[in-house]
Amino acid sequence: MQKIGVFVCWCGSNIAGTVDVEAVAEALKSVPGVVYSVSYQYMCSAAGQKLITDAINEYKLDGIVVASCSPRMHENTFRKTAEAAGLNPYMVEIANIREQCSWIHKDKEEGTKKAIVLAKAAVAKLKNDKPLKAGTSQVTKRALVIGGGIAGIQTALDVADAGYEVDIVEQRPTIGGRMAQLDKTFPTLDCSACILTPKMVEASQNEKINIISYAKVEKVSGFVGSFKATIRKKARFVDETKCTGCSLCMQKCPSKKGKDEFNMNMNNRPAIYIPFAQAIPNVAVIDPEQCIKLKTGKCGLCEKVCAAGAINYKMEDELIEREYGAIVVATGFKPIDPSPLNEYGYAENADVVTSLELERLMNAAGPTKGTLLRPSDGKHPHEIVFIQCVGSRCDENTERGKPYCSKICCMYTAKHAMLIRDKYPDTNVHVFYIDVRTPGKNFDEFYRRAVEQYGVDYIKGMVGKVAKEGDKLMVRGSDLINNQQVEIAADLVVLATAIEPDPSARSIGTMLTASMDTNDFFTEAHAKLRPVESPTAGIFLSGVAQGPKDVPETVAQASAAASKVIGLLAKDHLVTNPCVAESNELMCNGCSQCEKVCPYGAITYIEKEVRGPGVREVRRIAQVNPAVCQGCGACTVACPSGAMDLKGFSNKQIMAEVDQICL
Amino acid sequence: MNNRVKTLTETALLISGVNPKKCMKCGKCSGTCPSYDKMEYHPHQFVSMVEKGQIEKLMNSASIYYCLSCMACVERCPRGVEPGKLVEAVRLMKIRQQDANHKNGNDIARIADENVPQQLLMAAMRKYRK
Ligand SMILES: Cc1cc2nc3c(=O)[nH]c(=O)nc-3n(C[C@H](O)[C@H](O)[C@H](O)COP(=O)(O)OP(=O)(O)OC[C@H]3O[C@@H](n4cnc5c(N)ncnc54)[C@H](O)[C@@H]3O)c2cc1C
Ligand code: SF4
Ligand code: SF4
Ligand code: SF4
Ligand code: SF4
Repeated sequence: MQKIGVFVCWCGSNIAGTVDVEAVAEALKSVPGVVYSVSYQYMCSAAGQKLITDAINEYKLDGIVVASCSPRMHENTFRKTAEAAGLNPYMVEIANIREQCSWIHKDKEEGTKKAIVLAKAAVAKLKNDKPLKAGTSQVTKRALVIGGGIAGIQTALDVADAGYEVDIVEQRPTIGGRMAQLDKTFPTLDCSACILTPKMVEASQNEKINIISYAKVEKVSGFVGSFKATIRKKARFVDETKCTGCSLCMQKCPSKKGKDEFNMNMNNRPAIYIPFAQAIPNVAVIDPEQCIKLKTGKCGLCEKVCAAGAINYKMEDELIEREYGAIVVATGFKPIDPSPLNEYGYAENADVVTSLELERLMNAAGPTKGTLLRPSDGKHPHEIVFIQCVGSRCDENTERGKPYCSKICCMYTAKHAMLIRDKYPDTNVHVFYIDVRTPGKNFDEFYRRAVEQYGVDYIKGMVGKVAKEGDKLMVRGSDLINNQQVEIAADLVVLATAIEPDPSARSIGTMLTASMDTNDFFTEAHAKLRPVESPTAGIFLSGVAQGPKDVPETVAQASAAASKVIGLLAKDHLVTNPCVAESNELMCNGCSQCEKVCPYGAITYIEKEVRGPGVREVRRIAQVNPAVCQGCGACTVACPSGAMDLKGFSNKQIMAEVDQICL
Repeated sequence: MNNRVKTLTETALLISGVNPKKCMKCGKCSGTCPSYDKMEYHPHQFVSMVEKGQIEKLMNSASIYYCLSCMACVERCPRGVEPGKLVEAVRLMKIRQQDANHKNGNDIARIADENVPQQLLMAAMRKYRK
């Protein structure tokens, strides 16, 4: 007969308010096997833990049940307490009488009854517990950062600074992300490139950082500490080791109809191009859709002019396989396409632009060389209307856009308005807004400056219609404060479009089994207490991939993610969870059902001689890799022969709990 | 809210199927409305006034007849509030009111305000035909 101790926690009034904890402790005393049962105010406190230690020693307990909060909170605490007292830490069971009982019941009598049942079920399970021993696994001391925007760059710099190797995989030909496309940045109005490019250069010069640009992560297997990734480096048809970035090929290339993605497709670029002057790596790339040589076999001009001999039309995609201890998701965002919101006339009118397009129209390296000209006729706009919240803050059941606030647009609209009024005082600027949301250090002051010093006309209300009339855009909206409908004849309309995760985010999430919300932003392990970790061990979150944020917030989060990565890589090995699946070779018939359901690829099959009562033959049987298995239990349910079982959560244990509750 | 106000509000919500609490007070409906200047109470005010139980004010205002039922506000509201349906509901409540619809169809042409849009007259005449 086992000797079991039961410890019922009050959790102050959290549990004791709706559960008669003393009655629970009393009731458990009569359960066979229980030799000691007690309640206490705060079981997790030092005094509470001492109570447990003393009881283990005094009564020679060989298993304990703690009836308290969710095992997510304190299972670890009590396992350590038990271990320190000489008990196997897996001979501890938690009965969750807080989250699953006291917090959801009002009636004390009912709550008490349920708490007793839950505690008894935990005792029933404990009776079938076996001591388990945790193993260890190796940590590969290298991190993978997916996405080379400011988030990915900052995380990589910080991880490298701690002495670990980092690979940045960037899908575009250059790192830099959206911030490289911005003109000036709020709230200080410093030039975006001037503060970003030193970081890009630093990343490229850091010997611990390896930038793999124009590439995608294709496959990831493994688990925390030992991930294995397959990276497809797309053929750029230019040898990165030879190209000097002289850009002679760009000037000579006769195919000039490619759309310049960096300038939001507002001008053309050659088939061979370097996205922008400060690109990292500063290496040309050939767009195979536009290159005459690759399409027809004729031309080959760039090869002739390239003094470095870097052009290679036969280049093929390259597959890179590497191992990593940690993976950081920094895949960022893109602005939504506002065309479906047809009242704004974005698709029909060249002079209705998005804010990111405006950034390019104001930038010295942009299509207008930094002079603000309207796209339709290249004239100076004198009347400009900004519209905020375009496609943000919409009801989920409408087709109008995203349910969330995009967070950055109030500030960047104030920035745009201010910069335009500063540079072109003869231009009137109107901003239609619902609310101006500017929490943040020096942010509201910034917005007030736009109004008070720069005379930007803020109109509280939304725009109902933008219609072209002659060479003007008639913007009709409401002015709620003046209680009137207003119409403005504008030369340029700027839409503060909502932002959404990069379209590749969903596939990355699936690949990493990292959870996402319904908007495809990555979910953090705990909204408040673990904001830069994914619930999947070893996966970390950085930047807008996790939710809308501006550059200062992105950088702060990126460094936080880096510190988590460093904490992981600094370990020589990780303690693995011993609660993993195991197949009974006598019962397994090698049907492969379990392999199909395992989300971690932990199951393989081997031919093995099986010996048992009346059997002696070679059979195909399932084998679980305990280092890869996460103990999710999917295989135990899928197995038609009942051969798969989960240590610490065996079928027998679960049935014992169910029987205790139902019989 | 007293009982009468409560009943009126409930009726308006029932007929329209609108939940005015979903409104975020952005004013897009009023920025859209082609009859804005004719209306004493503008579409966004309709939503707000129904929420606050001021149905009688709306029933007694000519605004309910100036709405064209063009449903542009319904189409564009980012929160799916459908203000046009509320206007329609209040209009129906007025029409259904006992003793308030005693006018003879033949009188309409004589008493109609010449500024009333023709589309609305047509809609009104159809209602009188039965
Ligand atoms: C119009 C506008 C104006 C702004 N103005 C300001 C401002 O003034 N001040 C300010 O603080 N903030 C501003 N912002 C916000 C700022 O742009 C963001 O905070 C910042 O860019 C976020 O950085 P990020 O690295 O998270 O994302 P991104 O900049 O989007 O970078 C993500 C990177 O990941 C890459 N990537 C995506 N998916 C994959 C994949 N599957 N594999 C490999 N690589 C991938 C992308 O190509 C990109 O390079 C503005 C934003 C906009 C739209
Ligand atoms: S070979 Fe292609 S990229 Fe090179 S110059 Fe000709 S068209 Fe341009
Ligand atoms: S940040 Fe401002 S403009 Fe952008 S969605 Fe939020 S409230 Fe609207
Ligand atoms: S458009 Fe919709 S959310 Fe905006 S004020 Fe009108 S009813 Fe309210
Ligand atoms: S339905 Fe009525 S209230 Fe709505 S926009 Fe049309 S006229 Fe205005």
